[in-house]
Amino acid sequence: MSSKEEVKKSAKTPNLMVKELKFTLKKMRDTPLSLIGLSLVIFFLLICALAPVLAPPKWYDPFRIPSTGTYGREPEPPSAEHLFGTTSYQTDIFYGCIWGTIHAFRLGLVIVITSVVVGLALGLIAGYYGGIVDEILMRFTDIIFAFPSLILIMALVVALQTVTLPFTLTGYTRLDACIIGIVLVGWPGYTRLIRGEVLRVKTEDYVEAAKASGASDLRIIFKHILPNTIYPVIIVASLDFGTIVLLAAALSFLGLGAPGDYADWGQLIYHSMDWVSSGLRYWWTYTFPGLFIMLFCLGWNLLGDAFRDILDPLYRRK
Amino acid sequence: MGLREYIIRRLLLLIPTMLGVVVLIFAVLQMIPPELRAVIYVTNPRQLQDIPNIVREYGLDRPVWEQFITYLTEVLHGNFGYSVYYRQPVLEGLLRRFPATVEIALLSSPFIIFFGIWLGTTAAVHRDKIPDHVSRVMSIVGTSLPSFLLGIVLIAIFVAQLRLTTVGRVTNIGTLLLRIKNGTYHEFTGFLLIDSLLNGDFLLFVDVVKHLILPMIVLVFIQSATMVRVTRSSMLEALGKTYIVAARAKGLSKKEVIYKHARRNALIPVITISGLLVGGMLGGLIITETVFNFPGVGSYAAQAAQSFDVSVVTAYAMFSAIIFVLANLIVDILYAYIDPRIRLG
Repeated sequence: MSSKEEVKKSAKTPNLMVKELKFTLKKMRDTPLSLIGLSLVIFFLLICALAPVLAPPKWYDPFRIPSTGTYGREPEPPSAEHLFGTTSYQTDIFYGCIWGTIHAFRLGLVIVITSVVVGLALGLIAGYYGGIVDEILMRFTDIIFAFPSLILIMALVVALQTVTLPFTLTGYTRLDACIIGIVLVGWPGYTRLIRGEVLRVKTEDYVEAAKASGASDLRIIFKHILPNTIYPVIIVASLDFGTIVLLAAALSFLGLGAPGDYADWGQLIYHSMDWVSSGLRYWWTYTFPGLFIMLFCLGWNLLGDAFRDILDPLYRRK
Repeated sequence: MGLREYIIRRLLLLIPTMLGVVVLIFAVLQMIPPELRAVIYVTNPRQLQDIPNIVREYGLDRPVWEQFITYLTEVLHGNFGYSVYYRQPVLEGLLRRFPATVEIALLSSPFIIFFGIWLGTTAAVHRDKIPDHVSRVMSIVGTSLPSFLLGIVLIAIFVAQLRLTTVGRVTNIGTLLLRIKNGTYHEFTGFLLIDSLLNGDFLLFVDVVKHLILPMIVLVFIQSATMVRVTRSSMLEALGKTYIVAARAKGLSKKEVIYKHARRNALIPVITISGLLVGGMLGGLIITETVFNFPGVGSYAAQAAQSFDVSVVTAYAMFSAIIFVLANLIVDILYAYIDPRIRLG
């Protein structure tokens, strides 16, 4: 191939990418459900951005919900002072929901990024080198898949609480344990995905050509294999956001996650269990945090569902 | 390969998987300091007073592989440790709670499976029409709605507000325990649905059924989402096959083609999902059981986890993995029986 042709070709690729992106956006416009999903996610991002204005923090750690107002035992109904009312210990639900959104995004980001980095590294190694390393890694993922995930995470969270970590992610041992637990159970999925992609790409001509021209393993991995395998993983991982936040909320609900007055939706629901025996009388204690969790997951799942169809080459042009 | 050989091979493959499960749980335990994980070797409450002795006796300060051999031996002997929280051997507690989980899991799974298959098929047949949209919305809401939230709302309305039923397994557990003590009620199987009938107590039977309804609603709503999805996509694939066109061309009715030709073939992946579903549910429904204060294995472990009961959570994780793996095995064997291509592959 002459250098002129090469230049021509490389100039052409971005055009193609733009075209595909436009097509994707057009497809998205045609599916109203994905637009609802997108608007929900944007809505939650806006809440994050406006959190300091909507609910100005009172304490040094903004994730600790201030428990202001009268110190009665019963939750107070929604009022001008407490938009969503209060829950156990007079903690403000509105504050918890708003800062809980940031907390949810933060949890999701930390967990997704860590699991993807681990998954990428191990998947690349397993797929590229194959052999015994691949065999061991894959058998290990098999074992993790043999457990129902929430149950294994629960065991890990309990065990991790005894471990003194050299670092802290949130400042709370229990919350850190939850994050690490979810990552430890979550990476095998990404590892398998990336391994499959690497196996597919490995035999492509351009990799063979790079090998023949004497490129080092590292160069081949980072220059040729990684750029061609990373996208499906990133997409799948970002769409797992809703599931991850739901999992974290479930842990908090079980009393294993966030501490008592932490701005965490699951934690607020955990508190509402104290008041559910009075029937619908304290409806606000579970309705508002519940709506936040549900709409958040709904947004991501709608988006994910649409993207899976749009990006699936089998259905894309149908 | 014959069916028998296939089953034998599959059973042999079970050994490394089980060993892997034990290794992983052992690894989790290794994270915990020796004095705290010593409880997994305790067999009676007296030993709790003498933890340093346990550490010495079971070599918890010795090299890892030696500890693993000790652990494996204990597990193979059925000793899964002693629960500090419940004051009883873990295995005893798990087995005692297991019937409740089995009852709710086995009773709700047919509903989940048949509802899922029905809605999935209807959605695929009426693609992009109202039933399809309904199934889509239902499955997305089903995956987005946390089961604890649905449970709480149901409790608030039906238990606390309307007082139609209570949480738990029966309305008055105290009376039942007293009757067991008096000998006026015999526990034959631990399954309340069966035992109540064997004791001739029809009122108790009705009470037990009433307590199963709300958790079952939660499970059907949340768990059938995946079922609907899988059936729908599998049905869509089957409906596009040439043999369907051929069957229609040869003059068979639409109904016959859909339910006989397409659905039978489409159900194969659905069987896998059903197996995983039942296996997962039998392993415990941590959240549903906790919300409804239902005394199954899931809530047993969740409660213990809150007070850092290492032996319960690790033994429970192993327990649920074993059930999950066994359910998988049964599905694989069923598969090989239904679809001979798998045995040959």
